[in-house]
Amino acid sequence: MANGVKSDNPPLEWPMTSVSVSRIRKGLNVGDAVFRGLTAVLALVVVAVLGSIVVVLLAESWGSIRTFGWGFLTGSKWDPVFKEFGALPFIYGTLLSSFLALLQAVPLSIGTALFLSELSPGWLRAPVSFLVELLATIPSVIYGLWGIFVLIPWVRGYVSPALSATLGFLPFFQGPNYGVGMLTASMILAVMVVPYVTSVTFEVIQAVPNAQREAALALGATKWEMLRMAVLPYGRTGIIGAIILGLGRAIGETMAVTMVIGNRPEIAVSLFAPGSTMASVIANEFAEATYDLYVQALVEIGLVLLVITILVNALARLLVWTVAGPQTNMRGV
Amino acid sequence: MAYQRRRVVNVFAQGVMVGCTVAVLIPLVLIFAYLLFKGVGSLNLAFFTSLPKPVGEAGGGMANAIVGTMILIGLASVVGLPIGVATGVYLAEYGYGRVGWVVRFCADVLNGVPSIVIGIYAYTLIVLPMKGFSAYAGGCGLAVIMLPIVARTTEEMLKLVPNSLREGALALGVPAWRTTLLVVIRTARAGIITGIMLAVARIAGETAPLLFTAFGSQYWHQGLGQPISSLPVQIYTYAISPFDDWHRQAWAGALVLLALIFLTSLSVRVLTRGRVHTAR
Repeated sequence: MANGVKSDNPPLEWPMTSVSVSRIRKGLNVGDAVFRGLTAVLALVVVAVLGSIVVVLLAESWGSIRTFGWGFLTGSKWDPVFKEFGALPFIYGTLLSSFLALLQAVPLSIGTALFLSELSPGWLRAPVSFLVELLATIPSVIYGLWGIFVLIPWVRGYVSPALSATLGFLPFFQGPNYGVGMLTASMILAVMVVPYVTSVTFEVIQAVPNAQREAALALGATKWEMLRMAVLPYGRTGIIGAIILGLGRAIGETMAVTMVIGNRPEIAVSLFAPGSTMASVIANEFAEATYDLYVQALVEIGLVLLVITILVNALARLLVWTVAGPQTNMRGV
Repeated sequence: MAYQRRRVVNVFAQGVMVGCTVAVLIPLVLIFAYLLFKGVGSLNLAFFTSLPKPVGEAGGGMANAIVGTMILIGLASVVGLPIGVATGVYLAEYGYGRVGWVVRFCADVLNGVPSIVIGIYAYTLIVLPMKGFSAYAGGCGLAVIMLPIVARTTEEMLKLVPNSLREGALALGVPAWRTTLLVVIRTARAGIITGIMLAVARIAGETAPLLFTAFGSQYWHQGLGQPISSLPVQIYTYAISPFDDWHRQAWAGALVLLALIFLTSLSVRVLTRGRVHTAR
């Protein structure tokens, strides 16, 4: 967070030697051309990899795309035994678990970013932001392990009964309570998304000019009024971008979700019920897919997932750039 | 509105912000507490030196998985680092035009591609033609993940190098490409290594792209063309198994994996501290 160092250098045009010099020393500039060409080719490998991911996924799922057409996206039956494949339960699972995760993570993240940027004394800022960043370095599989042995029993024993008791009149909080399921998955996802949303929100808030703050304070606003009326509205677009970046993270998250969601390809109203997401069904069934159409259907789910994450990420970046500029530190996001 | 009330709201709102921060840190503390509590008790010498025991039998360790993770990281680095660093150099030194924009955009998008999708990609390109799971496939999958991270941090670090250094070298008659290699990259060395370490820390814990590429194995590695075990996959397999002893080992494995990652990140902190001092 604190290491978003920005470059003040204006872009430099290579080779910086003037035209006349380069004409005189044409022989020497062969090295430049070779070096530039070499790095350019290797840089284009990145473009090629991204392009070929799309092509490979398209080619591998072509059989499934031809067999099911658009019905694949709307079919709600996933039954490998009868060769019936519909991706709707997984799309639903991914969108719902990500939405619930953001519902929990966003207020916490904005609160934490505001604390770090506006309230925290200087000596506390570095250690706290270091700890928040630590959350992002914990591997997904460790979150999953913790989810299985700590979070699931806790949700089963305390959270779900409490929700049933207070909000049980809503259909979302009814039905049998296994501990595994949509609710638990969204809680794990929320913890995993918090560091990303916090870090980008922090950068956006930092990018708000101090004149905005001073103007509000000079008009007699309290600190909170200053934040609510001057800082947050100014950074709104960027904060929405940060949230969407978090959404992109949550949508693609695989292992932790696979380990706690219960992996049942059904659309259930109750949040206590087990579900499944696009990423989790691939992780769970890909190695065991026994015939071609089954594999193709799973790859097509991967393709849908890829398209959604690309759209979400592109949108988020655009939004953050409009506020904080294209140099915003979003490393690892 | 009464001033008194506005002040109360102000204090309350600030309290909420503090509360949010505390709430965010609670899961972190809990995860560490459980890892230490369950992991340390399960660690023993055998964990680091012996192979996993057959299903249901107590004892054994994850030695092969620790070695496997190292091999996979090595393979991924061999493939991913040269391309990543070269891409970063291109973006920083020549990336002002349209091509640079496209490369930068693709690197960022690639960074956002879910790792499970990269698993499918490596499976299709390497596992299918080779007709079997292999360390190569796992390593290449991880390389794709580290590529954009290395490229973008290298670019950032090279851009921090002051233009006066470039101009100085050029004025002495050094060709531009040698300026880049001998002056710019050397100056930004610590920063580039930081990016590499960040990428290594990230791929060390990746599980999803290994599930159906490197797959996993109960033995010492048998060559790069064979399935290979890795710490994350082993933790996953043990965590979802029904055996208590395997659960115990999953915690121990998680502790070792996290220690590995933190050591890597910590060395990054130390390296960056030096760099930030010189850069300012």
